[in-house]
Formats: sequence, C-alpha cells, structure tokens
Amino acid sequence: MSKEPVAVVGVGQTKHVAARRDVSIAGLVREAARRALDDAELGWADVDAVVIGKAPDFFEGVMMPELYLADALGAVGKPMLRVHTAGSVGGSTALVAANLVAARVHGTVLTLAFEKQSESNAMWGLSLPIPFQQPLLAGAGGFFAPHVRAYMRRSGAPDTVGSLVAYKDRRNALKNPYAHLHEHDITLEKVQASPMLWDPIRYSETCPSSDGACAMVLTDRVGAARAARPPAWMLGGAMRSEPTLFAGKDFVSPQAGKDCAADVYRQAGIADPRRDIDAVEMYAPFSWYEPMWLENLGFAAEGEGWKLTESGVTELDGDLPVNMSGGVLSTNPIGASGMIRFAEAALQVRGQAGEHQIDRARKVLGHAYGGGSQFFSMWLVGSEPPDA
Amino acid sequence: MPEVLKAPLVVEFPFTRSLGPVQSAFLTGLRERVVLAVRTSDGRTLVPPVEYDPVTAEEIRDLVEVAPTGTVTTWAWNHAPRRDQPLGTPFAWVLVRLDGADTALLHALDAPGPDAVHTGMRVRVRWAEERTGAITDIACFERYEGSPDGGDPAEPTGHTGEFDDPVTGIVARARLEYTYSPGRAQTAYINALADRRNVGERCPSCRKVYVPPRGACPTCGVATSEQVEVGPRGTVTTFCIVNIKAAHTANLDIEVPYVYAHIALDGADLALHARIGGIPYDQVRMGLRVEPVWTEGARYPDHYRPTGEPDADYDTYKELV
Ligand SMILES: [Zn+2]
Repeated sequence: MSKEPVAVVGVGQTKHVAARRDVSIAGLVREAARRALDDAELGWADVDAVVIGKAPDFFEGVMMPELYLADALGAVGKPMLRVHTAGSVGGSTALVAANLVAARVHGTVLTLAFEKQSESNAMWGLSLPIPFQQPLLAGAGGFFAPHVRAYMRRSGAPDTVGSLVAYKDRRNALKNPYAHLHEHDITLEKVQASPMLWDPIRYSETCPSSDGACAMVLTDRVGAARAARPPAWMLGGAMRSEPTLFAGKDFVSPQAGKDCAADVYRQAGIADPRRDIDAVEMYAPFSWYEPMWLENLGFAAEGEGWKLTESGVTELDGDLPVNMSGGVLSTNPIGASGMIRFAEAALQVRGQAGEHQIDRARKVLGHAYGGGSQFFSMWLVGSEPPDA
Repeated sequence: MPEVLKAPLVVEFPFTRSLGPVQSAFLTGLRERVVLAVRTSDGRTLVPPVEYDPVTAEEIRDLVEVAPTGTVTTWAWNHAPRRDQPLGTPFAWVLVRLDGADTALLHALDAPGPDAVHTGMRVRVRWAEERTGAITDIACFERYEGSPDGGDPAEPTGHTGEFDDPVTGIVARARLEYTYSPGRAQTAYINALADRRNVGERCPSCRKVYVPPRGACPTCGVATSEQVEVGPRGTVTTFCIVNIKAAHTANLDIEVPYVYAHIALDGADLALHARIGGIPYDQVRMGLRVEPVWTEGARYPDHYRPTGEPDADYDTYKELV
C-alpha cells in the first residue's frame, strides 16, 4: 500500500526575540500552536496527536518539559511524542509527525518545536566539566571555525564569502516580521568590520540566541481538501546520522548529509537539484555554512558552492534563493531552528511568505543539522501533491 | 587489568524561569500569604493553578483564593531528608486538598512520626518567615484542629490575584550528582599520559588508530584492544584563532588571542584538539609541525609548540582535516 500524501495546512511561529520574559514555556509554545491552528482554521479537537521537539533538557533545566506542556498543546487524551536530535530536532520532529500521517496512524498532527534560550545554559549545559578530560577550549564557534578554515583551504573561496552570506541573510530578515534580528542599518562594510571572534568567523557571521517556537499542522488528503489556504505537499523527507568524531569524518561535507539529501531527492524524483529545486532554507548557524551545505546538498560541485553565493544566485531575487527568512543567522531558538527551516519551505510553496515570498516557489528544500554535524533531517515540499 | 578510574561529577546550574501570568500570581500570592487557585470553565478549582484547561485546552485566567487549610488525600513518610528538601528532620510528603479546591497540592508535613499522619487529617499552611515569591514560602504544612466555621482567622479574603510589584521570574537551581568513570580504554590512555605517552587503540577491522581510544571503533562497531603509541609529534590540520575569553573557569588564565588547533599526532587516524603556543598566533598555519609542552604534574600537555621541521605537505594530512 502506498503512503498517504502529507500536507502542511498550518504554520505558526512566535516573534523571535532575545528574551520572552512575559510568558512561561507553556505560554510560548501555546502562541505558536495557536497561530498554526488559526492558519489552518482548525481547533484543538481537530488534532489527533502532538509531536514536540526541543534541544537537550539541560538547556532550560526542565526535565521532560513535554509532560507539563500537554495542557498548553491540547494533548490531553491524545498521543504525545517528544523527538530529540540536538540542533536538527525541529526538522526530525516534523518528519516524525509527517510519518504518522503518511503511515495513516493519524489524520491530523500538530508538530511543534521550541527553545527559551534566555532561560537556558546552552553553552555550559553541553560542556560539562568531565573528570580527567581537558576542558573544552573554545565554545561552539571554536568547534566549527576550524572546519570553516578547512573549507576555505579546500575550495579556495575568497575570505569575503562569509560576509556576503551574512549581509544577505540579515537583509532578508528585515522582510520577515518573525525574525529575531532586524538590523535596519546593516551594510556589507559593517559585517566586514565586525570583530573576529573565532578567526575566520566574525561576530556578524554568527547566529543570535533567541526565544521562540514554531508549529505546523500536518494532515492527509482529506484534511488538505478542506484546507483554508493552499497546502504544501511533502514530496520527500529523510533523516541520517553519523558519529561526531571518527577516522575519515568529513566535517566540511559529512557523508550523512549527502546520503540524507540523496534519499529526499530519490523520493521526490529530483534528478538535478540545482535545476529542479527553486529555493533552499538551510540550517547555517555560521555564514560559511551556506556554501558548504550547497555542496553537501548537491546544488554545486565540491569546491564550487561559494561561487553561487558570490555571484548572487542565493540572493532573494537570485536563481536559487537561500534562507529567504533570514536564516538561523538572524533567528536561533535552537530546538525550533530546524522546524523554522521546514516551515519556511512550506510557506514559500504555499505562497504565504509575505514580503520575503519568492517567485516560482514550486519546490523548496528545508534542511536541518545538529550536534557535531552528526544529525541531518530534510524535507522537500511542493505546491502540487506528489504523483500518485 | 588496572583499576578503572572513577571520580565524582556534580552538574549544577541556576536556571531562570519566566512565570507567565498564572504562576506569577500564584507565587506572588504565597509571598503575601494568599493561596490562589484557577477556576476552569466547568467550575473546578485547581491548586496549584495551571495556564490551560487540562480538559478543554482553553486558556484559563480566573484566579480565586482558597483557604490555607485543607485535608491530606495521601502521603508517604520520608525517613531521611536530603539536601534542599523542605525540612531537615524526617517528615511526610503529603498531597493536600485545600479547602475550596478540587485538586491537591504536593508539599511537606511536619509531624513527629508516621504514626501521627493519616489520610483525611486536617492540616494548615505554616508560612516561612522570609517570603520571596516561591513555593518555599510555604515552609510546610502542620496539623490543624481548628474549626473552619466560627470566625477562623484562616478564612480567605476573596483575593483575585492583582498585586503591586508581582514576582515575574524565579531562579530554579538544578543539581545532579554522578559518579563518572571514563571506562577501560580511556583509563589506560589517561594512565599512559601520566608518563607523557600517547597510547591509542587500533581497530582490528579498519586498522584505524583512535587517540583517545574509546574501546570500540565507531565506524565498524567492534571492540578495540591493540594498543598503539602515537606522537608525540604531530601536524596542525586546521585551527581557529580565539579572540574572546570563554566564560569557562578552566580557561580564565589563557590570554587571548590564542590558537585552537586540530592536531593529527603521527600515527593517529584522527585529530585531537589543543592550544598552540611558542609562535605568534598569526603565524600558525595548516601543516605546521608541532610537539607537546608539558608542565610539572599536569595530566595533559599544556600546549603544543612548533618543532622547527618543514611544514607537512597538504596531501599528507588532507584526509584528516
Ligand atoms: Zn574500525
């Protein structure tokens, strides 16, 4: 029996900010869930199950927060699942929800991811003082910066590429009312003059720390037929993982990322992603990850991704827009960041992205990764349902 | 086999919490010696209050005061109170349904012994002397024989949860205590480091040498045991220059900028991470040949410094980047 086609009929998110001191965690997730239901013109009773994701519990120090969030998400008396795959969790949460619909376990599923970074210890919650081990020397940026240098060496990309990405993403964010950073006076010169934190990564080439939540309503063909607005259809979705460190690990272009993309393209019948996909919303917490992931995802040959960035192809009005929402570089409530990518892909093919809507958004890829480049999750959504 | 290392590991953070409107009123109420409940649309009264109706999922904000007296619905005796529990002497954990409420609140009951506690017993709040807007503003519950009618001083005053200067956030301390053991393979590695030797393990299947060893190969999924000494010299495969001081206490005495590098020790099949010294930070490069610098009594090399050899050719280490 073939899978049930999965449609996104509701998308909701909070206005992402540095600190939402006016709401509890329950109040935060409620806001995004309510907006997704409103977008779908559905009520709590229309939802059959809830699938929720967030980053590790120790970020906010609430153990298994999903248990206390059941009331806020209308999950009482329904199945509720928690997904946990580090920074990629927003993406894998959406895929677990989608699979429940595809397998005809449930007709309509609410999926949601969140982080309240202002109440968290994201940095040291992940860097515990383990006995006998030499303490970590450099923090998250220090973990990823050497891999960026390795990419620059391999590809011969000019030093300026990272700043071009940051300048683009921050300008895109100005068109997205939900984005955290709205730097109205941003210029390329300001990005390039910002201090080097972890050389080769500059301050303006790093993501902020945000409070926020994102939710989607996923449903089957029957639900999609009743939808208030055009649905986004899932054409392919996949997850892959690999160890954080192993002999032969390619941090610049991890094998798990390539395999994950290949699986999505196979499901969706994509022969040439550069030609067949209209836009990409990818998880790039540091600007240099745009060209790196463009190669990993098959949009450019190895060592060539930066040329797409440099030539303006990835601009909002380019031939392959990347991170139309402003990306993780402009908004990063960690646990929600993957789902925001997936939701942005859905908004684009539904024609609901507002000021940052692109033309011809028929097929858009949403991408997330997490941990030490060890978890990957992606989906491709389209404006038309998959071929029967 | 030498003894496997063990050490205590305490993980402790002060977490902040934004309360939102309902918990804010509840905790501010405790500060003012008022217990607030929330009323659901079907007329039930919930203590502690919640923001969303457990049955209908609707937002609920109708705050009502309940009495500081109530009835024990069930209990368990705590023979040996632990750190940070409400009372330092043995006490009962109790669920108390306060007068006027439909649900029960979990707290501690001060009682001389388990024989003095029973389901159905009448209790009242014992307020803490110092109150800050926290659940600990209720020091505990205590036995209460007073009559609820007849001018009881504990009668609620009809408070609706409006306060001057409400508490909007709290700090919740979390503390976890573990006994940590690095396991057999890492113990051997750590013990060898005490003699300033880097000893890894080779996978019997793919022949890759892991330093530090993990006791198993993450790609092949097989146990490793063949010990291989690597280094002490190695090659910088990639690096970054750290310009910001990390908040981590272990790093406080390291001056910025410094170079944080991935170093492939000679004979190892993946890089380890270390600081580079003995060379200006802006002269460090990929391919630089380095060796460890030890300080007396240290468990690990303090940093690595250039050996003076010619740089390694990119092709010799590119698989390790
Ligand atoms: Zn192996």
